[in-house]
Amino acid sequence: MHRSATPDVVVVGAGMVGAACAEALSAAGVRVLVIDRDGPAAGTTSAGEGNVLVSDKEPGPELELAVASRAEWDVVRDRLSARVADVEWEAKGGVVVATGDPEPLTAFAAKQREAGVDARVITRAEVFELEPLLTPRVTIGVHYPDDAQVQPVLAATAFLTAVRERGGEVRSGVTALGIRQSRGRVVGVETSDGDIACGAVLNACGPWSGAFSAAAGARIEVLPRRGMILVTAPLPECVRHKVYDADYVGAVGSGDAELQTSTVVESTRAGTVLIGSSRERIGFDETIRVRVLRELARKAVGLFPFLGDVQVMRAYGGFRPYAPDHLPVIGEDPRVHGLWHATGHEGAGIGLAPATGRLITEQFLGLVPHLDPAPFRVDRPAVVAA
Amino acid sequence: MTAYQRPRAGDPAEVGTPPTFEVTVDGQPVTAQAGQTVAAVLMANGHDTWRTTRIHNRPRGVFCGIGACQDCLVTLNNTADTRACQRTITPGDTITTQPLTLLPTPGTTTPGTTTSAGAGSQDPVGAGVREVVVVGAGPAGVAAALAAADGGAEVLLVDNGRAVGGQYNRQLPEEFAARRPDRLQHEWKAFAAQRDRLLGHPRIAYLPETSIWALEGLRLWAQTGPADAPGRQPFAIDAKAVVLATGAYDRVLPFPGWDLPGVYTAGAAQALAKGQRIAVGHRVLVAGTGPFLLPVAESLLGVGAQVLALLEANTLKTVRAGWSTDVLVAPSKLREAAGYGALLARHRVPLRHGWTVLAAHGSDHVEAATIARLDENWRPLRGTERQVDVDAICLGFGFTANLELAVSARCALGTGPDGGPAVSVDANQQTTTAGHFAAGELTGIGGAALSAAEGAVAGAAAARHARSAAQPPLRTTLDPAVAKGRRFAAALAKAYPVRDGWKTWSTAETLVCRCEEVTRGELEAAADDRGLQDGRAMKLSSRAGLGLCQGRVCSRTVAALLAGPGDLPKPSMKRPIAVPVRLRDLAAAEVAQPAVTAEPAGTAESAETMEEQ
Repeated sequence: MHRSATPDVVVVGAGMVGAACAEALSAAGVRVLVIDRDGPAAGTTSAGEGNVLVSDKEPGPELELAVASRAEWDVVRDRLSARVADVEWEAKGGVVVATGDPEPLTAFAAKQREAGVDARVITRAEVFELEPLLTPRVTIGVHYPDDAQVQPVLAATAFLTAVRERGGEVRSGVTALGIRQSRGRVVGVETSDGDIACGAVLNACGPWSGAFSAAAGARIEVLPRRGMILVTAPLPECVRHKVYDADYVGAVGSGDAELQTSTVVESTRAGTVLIGSSRERIGFDETIRVRVLRELARKAVGLFPFLGDVQVMRAYGGFRPYAPDHLPVIGEDPRVHGLWHATGHEGAGIGLAPATGRLITEQFLGLVPHLDPAPFRVDRPAVVAA
Repeated sequence: MTAYQRPRAGDPAEVGTPPTFEVTVDGQPVTAQAGQTVAAVLMANGHDTWRTTRIHNRPRGVFCGIGACQDCLVTLNNTADTRACQRTITPGDTITTQPLTLLPTPGTTTPGTTTSAGAGSQDPVGAGVREVVVVGAGPAGVAAALAAADGGAEVLLVDNGRAVGGQYNRQLPEEFAARRPDRLQHEWKAFAAQRDRLLGHPRIAYLPETSIWALEGLRLWAQTGPADAPGRQPFAIDAKAVVLATGAYDRVLPFPGWDLPGVYTAGAAQALAKGQRIAVGHRVLVAGTGPFLLPVAESLLGVGAQVLALLEANTLKTVRAGWSTDVLVAPSKLREAAGYGALLARHRVPLRHGWTVLAAHGSDHVEAATIARLDENWRPLRGTERQVDVDAICLGFGFTANLELAVSARCALGTGPDGGPAVSVDANQQTTTAGHFAAGELTGIGGAALSAAEGAVAGAAAARHARSAAQPPLRTTLDPAVAKGRRFAAALAKAYPVRDGWKTWSTAETLVCRCEEVTRGELEAAADDRGLQDGRAMKLSSRAGLGLCQGRVCSRTVAALLAGPGDLPKPSMKRPIAVPVRLRDLAAAEVAQPAVTAEPAGTAESAETMEEQ
């Protein structure tokens, strides 16, 4: 049935994180098979904005991962072959603005600078030079030249194309049902298309990682958080950076179930303006909530008043995977030798994917990791439920 | 410029003399007639196109003519993205043909626009729960509203249009003061009687010019007022039962040049002629498949256009074999066809079976068409190609159901008789979502008679559901009129199938997605280079279906082109925001809806959601 030789690693999940891990592993010579119950980039990856941000994270392990990943993005993009290399990468920079007391934002930026982030406090006048259409209520801004944007579906599918070019395989419509073990180590993966023998399995199922880990007999705690984004009709150039309200920073790390929104406004190459994003802990509920859309609209118009007359063309949303302690889960499972996890990146999976792929590869091959993997290890109390 | 307004003299509808007033087009004064759409004003004054596309600067004007495709967007009173075909002109309007780069700047909106357009749109239905809300006032919706009201329910009928009738019974604007509107409609008397009964019914409230842009369970989010105008405050309508009768729009298949100005959907030609007395051209080709092309040709003749030919893509053999599959429906259909045949003969319009348009030629506008003979599978027969001088082409290859609200309501979809997606319903027209009923074309393309029959069943069942949900459903077996209509629909689909040969009509350079200007070659490259099949990821990497019309025009084409042999194409109809809403209005959504009344429905929705998990 299976033409190729036994893969070293079966990556379960062809989203951004699975694709980045498969790409990094295959670049290091590891034989990879990627399976997905749907198809490439069909889940969370096609439901996000494409943020590659260093601006929204407090100093700590996640910021270190973000900074490393921002650098790794350049490395990985250079490895792509020409026909898929255009992933709409834009190193456009981010502008965070405060409309009230400037103090919390400048203090936050000062802490980030200490951690090595290029975070430049700019005056009100300088803010309007960068973004002329912002609300006059802006009091101060911080410019983050390193923030970037990428089109996540193009990026993930380009990574998978690279995997195929290196002899790896990508199979759509194959659901992973569990793993096969022999003497405490992985020898294969059970799928809807039969068993596949392999040396290791990487769980990159995003919000569905918890479910797959349970099916594999080594449950990790990863939960879905819903995010919605509004898309406007195409416009001429009007928003030049990733622009967001200073209150974004507060929302990312929060564990409140109720609706949170904070404005992130940016143009895409297609001319549309994306307005994100909301955060709700409501399980895998896909129903539309006008209340959520209204909050996004209200904050966007507050930030960019000219958007008021613009048509919202569509809304889309998806589920972001998060661990209870809000850190990614990257590494080998301590309970089953050969079962690996790369998940829990919450709303930052696109940005954090390349460094995650590199970290997984380094650990898989026993190399010295390029940054300390300990904060992301699987056997954290919050992740490995009793 | 080729479109023109039919002269009043000799118009069989005996159009009166509507009031005229001045508006401006790009600063130039132009005379408009009360009741005209913005598109009609432009077309009557020498404009066939009024914007250019974002990527390749291609000229665009009306294409679908019924508000679905977004090709005809224009800047009206300094507000961009207004559908010219849907918006009625008012005195003093300023029309700006959209330049390619229009940077919106704060304060450029006409002062007072918001309040004037918003006048009268402050929650026109008032608080409280409606027993039955019917969405769409075509044959299905009208029948549903009447049946529900006759069943004792308080009914609210909402519709995008300015008058009941939908696309099928499209009426001239009242302002045209036509003395003989009956001459433009078949079965006018029956329609007029039904319309009058509906408008006078004590239990039916009718809300025209109202679009439903989102559905949250049994809560409908609406906007009332001039199409796409800013300042139409969204309001919520809570219902005990909803009847979706949202109809369908024309299906068009791509070939080289199908995006040239002068190429219209058959429905657009029909709507402009019947509803506005505008002819899309002087020398017109009508092409596609299905009996709907006959009344389109008739309407074109009625506004004085020369119809060069009516090209039916299916061979006569296919049509005959299809109809004869059901002895019950064949005779009535043949009688109707004979009537049209006589009309076409009188006007010397050749009706050619097994022919179609394979290419449209011209630089800024259609000047000629290549037509060719097709085999039974719609593959062109070599050597039969001919070039014909034309200034307009009208296309209709059946219809695509308007499913976005049904999808938002989480109604399960199946496949209609024509192979397209359709809402699954039971003998009561009940969908798989409790309290949501569906009637008409969105349950499967079958024409006006079936729509009306389904509407009557849906309305009665919805009333019963709303007034006493505990009662058993009204029907356990199919209504005889619905059963007969479905037999007709099945035979119709066999007589006028869309055959796969159309996939050979386009080339790598042919546009598939008009909005984002994605060619067939680009679509197929995305599939090959990135290993993608149809779906969200495909949309995002090719951009086909991501533009202003949100895939209404291209999603079926894309799904069919990407489907493997034997696969049933399943285009996505998921559009949580069913029609565009302006951000400031969306931001104001709660103002008309106090939180107190919002709570009970919200709770009900959560319960329903949990049940489904």
